[in-house]
Amino acid sequence: MATELDRELETLDINVNVGPQHPATHGVFRMVLTVSGEKVVDAVPHIGYMHRGAEKLSEGVDYRQGLIFQDRTEYLAQFNAEMCYCQAIERLGGIEVPERAEYIRVILAELNRITSHYMFAGAFATDLGVYGTAFTYAFREREYIQAIFEAVTGDRMMYGYFRPGGVVWDVTDDFKDRVRWVCKQTRVGIDDIDRLLTKNEVFLTRSLDIGCISKDDAIDYGLSGPMLRASGLQFDLRRDEPYSIYDRFEFEIPTGTRGDVYDRYLVRMEEMRQSARIVEQAIEQMPDGPIMPEKAPRRLRLPPGEIYMRTENPRGEYGIYLVSKGGEKPYRLKIRSACLSNLTALKQMVVGHYVADAVVILGSVDIVLGEVDR
Amino acid sequence: MSALETFFDNVWIDALWRLLAVLGLMVLVVLALTWIERKFIGRIQMRLGPMRTGPFGIMQPIADMVKILLKEDLRPATADRLVFELAPFLAFVPVFLTLLALPFTAKWGVRVLDLGLLYFIAVSGLTVLGYVFAGWASDNKYGLIGALRTAAQLISYEVPLVLAVLALAMLAGSLNLLDIVEKQGRVPFIVWQPLGFFLFMAAAVSDLTRRPFDVAAAESEVAGGPWIEFSGIRWSILYALTEYTNMFALCVLGSLIFLGGWDWPLGLKWGWWWQLVLIFAKTMTLILVIMWVNGTFPRVRVDQLMSLCWKLLLPLAFAQIFLNGLIIVYGWPDWTFLLTSGLALAVAGYVVYSVIPVGAPSRIVVRSGA
Repeated sequence: MATELDRELETLDINVNVGPQHPATHGVFRMVLTVSGEKVVDAVPHIGYMHRGAEKLSEGVDYRQGLIFQDRTEYLAQFNAEMCYCQAIERLGGIEVPERAEYIRVILAELNRITSHYMFAGAFATDLGVYGTAFTYAFREREYIQAIFEAVTGDRMMYGYFRPGGVVWDVTDDFKDRVRWVCKQTRVGIDDIDRLLTKNEVFLTRSLDIGCISKDDAIDYGLSGPMLRASGLQFDLRRDEPYSIYDRFEFEIPTGTRGDVYDRYLVRMEEMRQSARIVEQAIEQMPDGPIMPEKAPRRLRLPPGEIYMRTENPRGEYGIYLVSKGGEKPYRLKIRSACLSNLTALKQMVVGHYVADAVVILGSVDIVLGEVDR
Repeated sequence: MSALETFFDNVWIDALWRLLAVLGLMVLVVLALTWIERKFIGRIQMRLGPMRTGPFGIMQPIADMVKILLKEDLRPATADRLVFELAPFLAFVPVFLTLLALPFTAKWGVRVLDLGLLYFIAVSGLTVLGYVFAGWASDNKYGLIGALRTAAQLISYEVPLVLAVLALAMLAGSLNLLDIVEKQGRVPFIVWQPLGFFLFMAAAVSDLTRRPFDVAAAESEVAGGPWIEFSGIRWSILYALTEYTNMFALCVLGSLIFLGGWDWPLGLKWGWWWQLVLIFAKTMTLILVIMWVNGTFPRVRVDQLMSLCWKLLLPLAFAQIFLNGLIIVYGWPDWTFLLTSGLALAVAGYVVYSVIPVGAPSRIVVRSGA
């Protein structure tokens, strides 16, 4: 596509190495952009800087110990990852989970979805060039929820709170009140960010029709989560393949129309409101009772077999493929990472846009490098 | 005439002490602005800003300076040494030179030039050289991209800035800053020239490479642009000193030519201290507006930046000049300035709103699930 001018002046494309240490890469991700002036003509993503062998390590420890690798893999939505892992084991082992434990899990997982999307909103706005203002607002709200997590689990990041069969200990006494309050506060917080960003002219010019991906392409690339829904496909595992107790709640699944960066942002903002709705319903329905099965075995042994369990995580379909040959340890554990699949579409989204857009598009994928590299 | 007065009457001595006074003022202003920006942005972001260094963190600029001075002065091995070391000064000196033409009260300025306005614009345009030098010499791709962005941006936005100021000079009938301020004793020019003021502020924000026009330094894209390889005192000269001094100079200019300087309101009868208070209050207001925008806006893309300048600001600037010319030639009353300029600004606002689909956010579909 060289124009007359290009041929006359012999312009030279240069390679710009973005990452692994660059403010825009959200961790140790690296992409090599070939740019012609300000336009991106090629993008090559490099991953693997965060590879810690979580899958292989899981094979060396028993099922209960293996839980911690889920926290460290998906470190922005730990409860969601723990939930997927526990469900895989429970389904394979035929373990019944008590009602109360199911509710606690759903509440925490949905709150975790909210914190994760807050993180997205803040980081995405920073990618767009907001001087940290959206970030601090998002983090104030996130902090309220973090405080609940800390009170319940005793930790702020690596919770390790779920167990195959239930949860490790019961929630605090004031849990219900705090969660009710935090749901209300979440709506306030989302509105704050909404007012700052959603109709801002500069925000709109920067994000409308950037990094579009069609519904068909989205399916072909195996995208999932908000990325897929922004392209217009209404697919949410919580509704289409209900796990745990998600079939008991009423919620809506927001979908975009164009599949651009702006739609992804909007879908996530709406998802936060829906999550708050789920949490409010769950907290009303939450029964009293045990939090672990009555006769939990001291040593957890699974029968031989294999299972693929997938859950809807904030970033998309998080899957655990588990092969057991009997005994206390998994024979093979494979993590299907939503981020990795979403990242595969990066090149198609980025090429043809400006360098500045490449950063925004990468931000809209909402990658967690721990999950990409595992 | 006493001996002391004779001493200060010497042209060289007079120039020297005025220079030193401006230099001191500049250092004070830079220190103050560092603190003010940290506090102000902090408040915008629901933070307290610096709190540990003295009451309200007032000693923070000192701490910053000590840190910067103690930092290692790094220069990449492949950098073009001479150009690299020259760049900070090349960026800073023109900015400092602009201060020399600014009167701060009716009687006090380093030198009051007959073509003060022209001098200011001409000299401040040289800053771009320093940035291009810096980006080029640091032998860094981000730096290079940043430098080219800066060059394009600063040179482009110089044009609407000059034209806006020119339209104002038509009104005042002079390029002497003292004359311009005197003309505003009754009504400051912002009332007659709202469009001109808007253009001036937009161009000033761009000149300072601040959000929404900070594509040059763009932290999340080119990681600091021309400044990327600079550290320690060099970085401080290139970035902090230049940026804040430039901001101060531009805002003083804005308050002189648009907000009536020391003359409006209340005239000259209160003496020099009142004039100083007025001019600093007006300058500070403009600075806070710039910081406010800086704290809340995302960044435009580089092509959007360019099209905003050439497709919107430039035609508007020409329109302002044309309207002023029309009114002056036909001798229409003063309020027609306000009418035409205000109308033009409103039309411009409407154009922006119709180009950007502000009503779009109903684009997501929420259907009931479960």
